[in-house]
Amino acid sequence: MTRVGVVVFPGSNCDRDTLHAVALVGAEPVALWHEQASLDGVAAVILPGGFAYGDYLRAGVIARFSPVMRAVTDFAAAGGLVLGICNGFQVLAEAGLVPGALLRNRDLRFLGRDVHVAPERLDTPFTRALERRRALRLPIAHGEGCYFADAATLDALERDGQVLFRYVRPDGLAAEEDDRAANPNGSLRAIAGVMNTRGNVAGLMPHPERASEAILGSDDGLAIIRSFVDAAGERHTAGERRPTRAPAGVGAR
Amino acid sequence: MSASFRFAVNVLPKPGILDPQGRAVESSLGHLGIAGVSAVRVGRRIELTVEAADEAAARSIVDRLATELLSNPLIEAWSVELQMATSSTSSTASTSGGKASR
Repeated sequence: MTRVGVVVFPGSNCDRDTLHAVALVGAEPVALWHEQASLDGVAAVILPGGFAYGDYLRAGVIARFSPVMRAVTDFAAAGGLVLGICNGFQVLAEAGLVPGALLRNRDLRFLGRDVHVAPERLDTPFTRALERRRALRLPIAHGEGCYFADAATLDALERDGQVLFRYVRPDGLAAEEDDRAANPNGSLRAIAGVMNTRGNVAGLMPHPERASEAILGSDDGLAIIRSFVDAAGERHTAGERRPTRAPAGVGAR
Repeated sequence: MSASFRFAVNVLPKPGILDPQGRAVESSLGHLGIAGVSAVRVGRRIELTVEAADEAAARSIVDRLATELLSNPLIEAWSVELQMATSSTSSTASTSGGKASR
């Protein structure tokens, strides 16, 4: 059985939901405490949502320097699969493992509501179980979710296929950047999730684990978790953490 | 001989970076009946004491902290002010214009 680690920082609050979602798709969930310097041999790692270390200073920055993040950084450098959800995305961005930064929401308010996102591509370890490019309804719950990168980086992300998800309208049509209903945090180019150049580390602001069972109102997120777990399982049975087929070109950090 | 240096690090959103807090403060000025104030930016100030051999060594520590932890260079600029330097033999206070924003 594929073992998938979920990091528990002080202040994480989606760790148990994420462990549960990992189990739902048939993997063995493994909680990884923030003070441990080893990943216990897991096949992949998820950084869950919450407010790691209280989000003091900037969301995600204190967590970046924790012992477990040193191990996660090494794991990612070796090609291991890493997914950051919400606060986990903020941690990955602060650590420079995915490009860009998450700014305060455009209208300053903490946003707890459902949004629609659509995958940009289906050939990644994070989206491969999605059937097609339809809109997924997922919850967001964040105060700092406004995706930012400079224009050159944004162009590179689009050119190299590193944009993983964008906020879209409920009918699945593309949303303009200033569409407050579809892109409520004001993310540049309506970007909701990105990958690194190598394609093995990704972050997204919406919460797939909170939409992983019909009883939660949507199970649209389960396919993202399933994609990740299946990809991790294949790599694990292959006996190594192989790098994925990296998109062409080089992007920002 | 080591000395003690008190610094303030000012962190501000870089020019061009959306600063919704600054905008919110600016939009409240009308309620106070104040006109003619613009370009409000909201940042953060961190004060800290560094023990080091000399000011240059202390500043290099603060610069590293400012770059790696206190600011996110993608979105924020920082500057450092030396507020006070205290050696073990004499006590002097000095203020520096500090390092310019990067």
